[in-house]
Amino acid sequence: MSIFFAVCIIAVVLIFTVGIYSLLVTHNFMRILISIEILTKAVTLLLIAVGYVTGNMATVQAYVITIIVIEVVLLAVATGLVLGIYRATGSLDTRNLKR
Amino acid sequence: MLKNFCSFIMMLEGEFGLNMTIILISLAGLVICAILCVVVGNLVKAGIAMAATSAVLSVIMFFLKAPLAAAFELSVCAGLIPVIFISAISMTKIRPKDELAELKKERIKRFLPLPILLVVLAAALLAFLWPHIDSSIPEKIVSLGGDVQNILWKKRQVDLLGQIIIILAGVFGVMVFFKESDTE
Repeated sequence: MSIFFAVCIIAVVLIFTVGIYSLLVTHNFMRILISIEILTKAVTLLLIAVGYVTGNMATVQAYVITIIVIEVVLLAVATGLVLGIYRATGSLDTRNLKR
Repeated sequence: MLKNFCSFIMMLEGEFGLNMTIILISLAGLVICAILCVVVGNLVKAGIAMAATSAVLSVIMFFLKAPLAAAFELSVCAGLIPVIFISAISMTKIRPKDELAELKKERIKRFLPLPILLVVLAAALLAFLWPHIDSSIPEKIVSLGGDVQNILWKKRQVDLLGQIIIILAGVFGVMVFFKESDTE
């Protein structure tokens, strides 16, 4: 394994951990969306690194483009949902949904 | 300190070459931007940090010979998504200063274990991967594994169909959720 790939794996795990940790401890809807974005960034980086090491960048680029499209749609719909919840509860706090 | 940093960069460049040095520095920047995204208190600043994360990732993609994906990442993830985000944040009201200060204290308490967790995880991964690491640099890609357009339009046509369906679902979703209700 090359140093490059090892550093990539470490970076991916660290970014994924940041996303999961934030997802677990935060109570704000917008921050939850940011955490999901960070998780997708980690997955994208891993795909690109694996594609580079295996020399199969064309297929990986096709996958990454698909991921980006799904990411944008997910974020747009989720933002609409969050705004709907904000209009109903007057807050972005997830704990207010229990009431 | 700046002198030490410059000498460190020069050492990296001598060891791995300019491209790999830029990629390694960008990877460090990517992790820092991701941490900033979740740690920063202000939501607008968090959105900007997210855009910076995408921009750094697109730099990495460009240097790893994925220019098409890099262009998509830069234009969509670093351009469009922060705009959606910040416009959504601007639709919500700003909290009073007292409440913000209280929330900041609570945030610091919640995110205090994160740096420790990351350092421990990085050390553990390094210890685990160290025996498997050799000093080789990935060889330059001779073949890109085919033409991107060819793969996207011919081999992965079902993906495109899925993307079209997802985009349509997203458009309808946005129309439903952003619509002001008549009763209001």
